[in-house]
Amino acid sequence: MAIVAQSSKLSNVLWPVLAWIVGLLFFFPIFWMVLTSFKTDADAVKSEYLLWFTPTLENYLNMTENYDYWRFARNSVITSVFATIFTLVVSIPAAYAMAFNPTKRTKDVLMWMLSTKMLPAAAVLYPMTFLTKSLGLFDTHFMIILVLSLINLPIVIWMLFTYFKEIPKDIIEAGKMDGVDTLGEIKEILIPLAWGGIASTALLCFIFCWNEAYWTVRLTTTDAATLSKLIEGNRAPEGLFFGRLSAVSTAAVGPIVVLGWFCQKQLVQGLTFGAVK
Amino acid sequence: MTLMAGAAAADTSLTIAIVNNGHMINMQKVAEAYTAETGVELNWVSLEEGVLREQVTSDTATGGGQYDIINIGMQEAAIWGAAGWIEPLKFGATYDEGDILPAIRAGLSHEGQMYAAPFYGESSMVMYRKDLTDAAGVNIADNDSWDNVKAAAAAIHNPDEGVYGACLRGKPGWGDNMAFITTVVNSFGGAWFDKDYRPTIDSDEWRAAINFYVDLLGNYGPPGSEGNSFNEILALYNEGKCGMWIDATIAASFLEVDGVAYAQSPNAGNSVGANWLWAWAMAIPAGSPNAEAASDFIEWATSKEYVQAVGNHPEFGWGSVPTGQRASTYALPEFQAAAGFAKAEMMAIESAAPQATDLKPYVGVQFAAIPEFPEVGSAVAQEMAAALSGAKSVDEALAASQAAADAIMKEAGYY
Repeated sequence: MAIVAQSSKLSNVLWPVLAWIVGLLFFFPIFWMVLTSFKTDADAVKSEYLLWFTPTLENYLNMTENYDYWRFARNSVITSVFATIFTLVVSIPAAYAMAFNPTKRTKDVLMWMLSTKMLPAAAVLYPMTFLTKSLGLFDTHFMIILVLSLINLPIVIWMLFTYFKEIPKDIIEAGKMDGVDTLGEIKEILIPLAWGGIASTALLCFIFCWNEAYWTVRLTTTDAATLSKLIEGNRAPEGLFFGRLSAVSTAAVGPIVVLGWFCQKQLVQGLTFGAVK
Repeated sequence: MTLMAGAAAADTSLTIAIVNNGHMINMQKVAEAYTAETGVELNWVSLEEGVLREQVTSDTATGGGQYDIINIGMQEAAIWGAAGWIEPLKFGATYDEGDILPAIRAGLSHEGQMYAAPFYGESSMVMYRKDLTDAAGVNIADNDSWDNVKAAAAAIHNPDEGVYGACLRGKPGWGDNMAFITTVVNSFGGAWFDKDYRPTIDSDEWRAAINFYVDLLGNYGPPGSEGNSFNEILALYNEGKCGMWIDATIAASFLEVDGVAYAQSPNAGNSVGANWLWAWAMAIPAGSPNAEAASDFIEWATSKEYVQAVGNHPEFGWGSVPTGQRASTYALPEFQAAAGFAKAEMMAIESAAPQATDLKPYVGVQFAAIPEFPEVGSAVAQEMAAALSGAKSVDEALAASQAAADAIMKEAGYY
């Protein structure tokens, strides 16, 4: 009995300590990036200014005055918000159909959709470049929204499908008995019941869109360029611009970190496929 | 010149893809005057070097249209010019094309026609801590022998005090470790390919050069050198941890430690190709709808007038003018006073020999100006890093490099 109590006490201490260590390890690069963003480029690489230095806002002022940060930020917001909305508009009916009216091919369809995520993006770089240019859609918000939506559709449909499957089929069928049509079932019954799952999926989708860097860098020039492109443009092979790069990166991830902080409960639910019980 | 451009190109907007470095970033500020004078709007797209190459390549290969002006390097200029992917450049008499350093102009031309105008150029040289060599009683001369350089590195090597004898590129990449290694191989009398474009990486010259490189950097370099390229070594140097650094001349303008002296690149008997040659240049993709306005802008941005504009700009000054481009810049007393490395840099650029010789059939010093080189260079770079880290012996790395290069060249149809 005493041994059990002792080991329980030990695990009460060990687990939180371990969790803190892991948490700090994950947080350290972000902390370092924020710290470096307040150093000059010269101080950023000097060991004597590792922790104690004279903070400066020079990098942030430079970023807003010379690098047009707000234009990139506006593009990130526009493309991420509309791509998330568009993805949900397509995914909710798709997941509904597969969760409540499955056929013997449903699992294959789901697997096929997921398999498209396994294709390396670089493999379709040239076709995509040709296509977008010949359609006159290169460097447009529309194209980026479409691409971000297509990239995220498989994972969003999978997540929503998992949530929807947890909802008793009887509830949906009861709606049918009351004469509600399919659109009504989705709007009046499904969405209110699965609201938590849909919200956490939307949040994750938004984060994926915000962080996407392969296509947003390669299919844009100036008009639709997002924050990923701003970060990319501040990497230099000959010259240490770590202070400037850290400021740009901090300002790029800042909004999404704050959003994630406020919605962490929903995010954890989304990531663990907690579903609607 | 600019007034003429103004009449022709008012209400025009140019999209310019630039590599992210100090000179190009400064240009965005200096060019505000160009916009004010001509009315030409300039949209700058700053990209990391690798991404820039990829974007510009895909844009050019898919018919262009994304950019009006692109930054390209010496590796691409001649090949793309020959392929018709970029427009030939023809400027007015006031541009004074003859003032551009001959080696740089030759490296950016195909059959005597310039296809890209140099924005800044660089070679490589030794940047050493004279205070340390003096204290150790050694000296590093211009074009010193590699043996003397190694002896000097050994004399100033003091890892207990955190000072390493020689800091050299080890990070794998055709533009990283292979840029430096190729100059060492050249100076040992080696080359990438023979006259039939068969790789010669398993030759005695390569073996001697790589053994020397691994020995020098392995014994007198900082730990983890296989992860170091320009930026990493620059940080080490400015922390006072490097006794000597052999790298791009542009590094000299970033050094913040006292007592730095410069010497021309060492060699092992063959001084041709012991120092590299590179330039970032501006070109116009074929089919650009704004080719005329783009040409006017490039003419201004690579002119003597631009050098004056940077030198007299309140935010920059003479220490920030683009170097390795025009002979007239080096003659300016204001520039000479601001840049202590100017003489050594110009000497290095002037002595660089990119042209094809009996020894090598290709153009280029630290690279071969053929489309397959990035692939060959990247494959060999990995093997050299493995040899440096000790994961493979030098002989194993050379054999694997030869096999990889041979397969790539065969597949490309050279033989």
